Amino acid sequence: MPSPLQLNGNGDAMANNEQIKSGRLSKAEVDENFADLHPPLTRSEALIEADRCYFCYDAPCTTACPTGIDIPGFIQRIRSDNLRGSAHIILRENIMGGMCARVCPTEILCEEACVRNTHEEKPVEIGLLQRHATDPVFESGEQLFERASAIGSKVAVVGGGPAGLSCAHRLAVLGHDVVVFNRDGKPGGLNEYGIAAYKAIDDFAQTEIDYILSIGGIELRNNSTLGADIELDELCEDYDAVFLGVGLAHSNDLGIEGENLDGVINAIEYIAELRQADDKSTLPVGRDIVVIGGGMTAIDVAVQSKRLGAEQVHMVYRRGPEQMGASVFEQALAQTSGVTIHHWASPERITGDDHVTGVEFAVDNSDEGMRLDADVVFKAIGQKKDAGPGSVEIEAGRFVVDIDRKTSMDGVWAGGDCVVGGDNLTVSAVQDGKIAAISIDRYLRDS
Amino acid sequence: MADLKTEFLGISSPNPFWLASAPPTDKAYNVNRAFEAGWGGVVWKTLGEDPPIVNVSGPRYSTIHSNDRRVIGFNNIELITDRPLQINLDEIRQIKKDWPDRAVVASVMLPMNEESWAKYLPMIEDTGVDGFELNFGCPHGMSERGMGAAVGQVPEYIQMATEWAKAAASIPVIVKLTPNVASVVPPAKAAQDGGADAVSLINTINSIMRVNYDTLTMYPTTDGMGTHGGYCGEAVKPIALNMVAEIARTHETRSLPISGIGGITDWRDAVDFLALGASNVQVCTAAMVYGFRIIDDLVDGLSTFLDDKQMTLGELVGKAVPSVTDWQYLNLNYVEKAVIDQDLCIKCGRCHVVCEDTSHQAITNMVDGERHFQVIDEECVGCNLCVSICPVDSCISMQRLTSGNDPRTGNAITDEKLTWTGHPNNPMRKTD
Ligand SMILES: Cc1cc2nc3c(=O)[nH]c(=O)nc-3n(C[C@H](O)[C@H](O)[C@H](O)COP(=O)(O)OP(=O)(O)OC[C@H]3O[C@@H](n4cnc5c(N)ncnc54)[C@H](O)[C@@H]3O)c2cc1C
Ligand SMILES: Cc1cc2nc3c(=O)[nH]c(=O)nc-3n(C[C@H](O)[C@H](O)[C@H](O)COP(=O)(O)O)c2cc1C
Ligand code: SF4
Ligand code: SF4
Ligand code: SF4
Repeated sequence: MPSPLQLNGNGDAMANNEQIKSGRLSKAEVDENFADLHPPLTRSEALIEADRCYFCYDAPCTTACPTGIDIPGFIQRIRSDNLRGSAHIILRENIMGGMCARVCPTEILCEEACVRNTHEEKPVEIGLLQRHATDPVFESGEQLFERASAIGSKVAVVGGGPAGLSCAHRLAVLGHDVVVFNRDGKPGGLNEYGIAAYKAIDDFAQTEIDYILSIGGIELRNNSTLGADIELDELCEDYDAVFLGVGLAHSNDLGIEGENLDGVINAIEYIAELRQADDKSTLPVGRDIVVIGGGMTAIDVAVQSKRLGAEQVHMVYRRGPEQMGASVFEQALAQTSGVTIHHWASPERITGDDHVTGVEFAVDNSDEGMRLDADVVFKAIGQKKDAGPGSVEIEAGRFVVDIDRKTSMDGVWAGGDCVVGGDNLTVSAVQDGKIAAISIDRYLRDS
Repeated sequence: MADLKTEFLGISSPNPFWLASAPPTDKAYNVNRAFEAGWGGVVWKTLGEDPPIVNVSGPRYSTIHSNDRRVIGFNNIELITDRPLQINLDEIRQIKKDWPDRAVVASVMLPMNEESWAKYLPMIEDTGVDGFELNFGCPHGMSERGMGAAVGQVPEYIQMATEWAKAAASIPVIVKLTPNVASVVPPAKAAQDGGADAVSLINTINSIMRVNYDTLTMYPTTDGMGTHGGYCGEAVKPIALNMVAEIARTHETRSLPISGIGGITDWRDAVDFLALGASNVQVCTAAMVYGFRIIDDLVDGLSTFLDDKQMTLGELVGKAVPSVTDWQYLNLNYVEKAVIDQDLCIKCGRCHVVCEDTSHQAITNMVDGERHFQVIDEECVGCNLCVSICPVDSCISMQRLTSGNDPRTGNAITDEKLTWTGHPNNPMRKTD
């Protein structure tokens, strides 16, 4: 893949702008900046933290977890030194419990609901405990699941991201054979190409996927794209059921002047390149960076640019802190990493001749406006789905599904970012895949 | 600051906190450090006949921990002193000379023949010690040789050995009792009948801590084999308190002075023992877990408490004894109900699930579709379970019903006292 720094506009961004270069920081500095964001708990720390859990009845944290993990149950097993039992409780509800332990914004999910907040304003560190319980399983590869006996069924899963892989694993456990068609060269979706590097170090995404596939009965076909290499009608013909977990393939455009200048880049594409780089200190990075957007992607590209050595990183969002898609924790992370966040400012024009030189903003309740110098501008204002198969009902660019994640088309389910109501979280994508698999299983056994 | 100076059997010490006979009092080095730290007295590690006993060179101790490794219970298989008698005697003599204001009591364990007592006690008394404590409590090792708990479990032996000791000694004699008995009153009575000046209790409780989950042998072991030890530390305090209170409230034994031992860790534990009848207290495990510096909290906490209560130490001793009685004398007309303070409740649901599963189905978990925990007075028997397990201090309290009817039984609330002795359901009730 060519560097996204060269993707936009007409020319070669690298050649055109001497401010965009690698080596702003030493390799050692970059490595340190991209180390584990939340280092794992030691055994002692985990035991002490586990002791803080009250073992609530009908626990609010479990209700708040999109996959409904029995949190007091798994923490109790940590306490009694039964880590394998603990991991099983987690993974039976959420096969990506390892990744979710690293990337879930727990402060707006389970940990927000923890009753310890009421008692002492400090929740139990559920995410870190979840990681403590599951890490050994991924290290050893020990199989915790058994496949039900086969009934000769075959299901096509389109998309190898969290939604697709979760669906595939549950289907495999329930005794079905699965083929996963995945557009990218590697499975994992945004776990592999999107999530901030310091949240899932040491290639954890692929370790987790190896574990998921080790259940057996799942055939993975990379580089096969629905709409190009395969069509939905064929899949419906050849398979007993189809699950669509294709995510959101395209970044939204700003629709303003200067959008096509060199140095104006889709954040998602830059992050994907960053995630795939073996040595991050070789990545080109700008000096003055402007990020447009207020979600997780905007935060991630801003923080990672800063950690690669950018001097000035401004993140500009058109509304206030409460409306930001990024949680309070993520916003704080950006600020402590040295990112300047501006609110209530909308981009009006990107300036520059061939290469971007700055961005002009309109500022709410002000006639003044704002101008920021930039040699790189990242667009991070959300993604949208591929046009996708026409035969399935779509609303606002996403598939419409019922509570079982069934689409309007018989025999076709969908889940994850690509469905209406998807909340753009890994954990929700996993839950969608799981629910769809259970529904597909029922459908296949009834028919 | 309240005066903590204590006279126990005429033995004075600047505070009522003594170190119990155990490793902390094993030799002059430790005892010097203890006195420098501020301990009021020591009961020297139990002395025996020469040649000295031999201890194992493997693990002597093991523990029950909380998850953050706070020690809750402690077990040991150590025997009495393993040093030659003369070394101990020389050190005791020097210590008593260097620390004239502190109590130094010699713990002794001797075979069941009068000659031994007549031979050794005068020799030990000659060091200048303030008193003797007879170790009839050690439950492991020594008991296999007919000493320690083997004596303490047979009241006749206690009385006999106490008489021998009293005959050989001119200083006070304390008899240290074992808790490994059905009732502690007969041994205490036997000590009294033998002429003991006081009893001290408890020594350790027979115990096996756990198994090793890898080898499935008992844990810990000495070369693959283990033996029961003696249990002590915080976990044993309630057992010790009951035994102290039994002696203090039983007619025949209530005039016997008591030195309270078992699980004392902070000053509140000392208040428990003193109020239930002990005149002073002894500490072992807490010192072995935290070091001698815990004396600061013990002394400061107790004197602050006495100041707050405007009470002397003497007034505290035995204060709670009249409130201890038999079950049959409890007032069955008295009714309490649990009340949850909704402002403090953090909605963990623990009270609901325990009352629902194991008690009286008297706490809601949902009210009008909302997570809400509230006591149902019609079902609550006032058992105190929810109060005991609620993680928030003072969130649930028990409140007395003073008028109207008990919504559970429909019975009118009355000031009239009704005990089992007069209850209509009691076929043996006393009638006027
Ligand atoms: C930069 C960034 C950071 C994020 N950080 C977090 C975070 O910290 N925490 C969190 O919970 N969530 C985070 N998210 C959101 C999270 O990554 C997504 O919600 C989640 O990955 C959605 O999973 P999915 O399976 O629906 O889609 P994706 O992960 O997008 O996976 C879609 C898969 O489908 C494949 N595919 C696409 N089109 C086709 C096709 N036509 N044919 C075949 N295969 C196709 C792709 O190759 C890909 O493997 C972040 C997202 C981004 C963009
Ligand atoms: C390691 C150890 C050794 C002990 N040795 C003796 C002893 O030699 N003589 C004795 O009378 N009691 C001995 N005890 C019992 C203690 O003096 C004390 O009665 C008991 O531990 C309860 O008090 P505690 O809970 O404060 O430890 C020993 C206790 C321990 C832990
Ligand atoms: S809410 Fe908090 S304390 Fe209660 S079970 Fe969940 S993690 Fe434990
Ligand atoms: S146990 Fe205490 S804090 Fe928990 S729900 Fe009951 S009253 Fe509330
Ligand atoms: S006092 Fe006992 S019966 Fe009453 S609510 Fe509490 S646990 Fe239930």
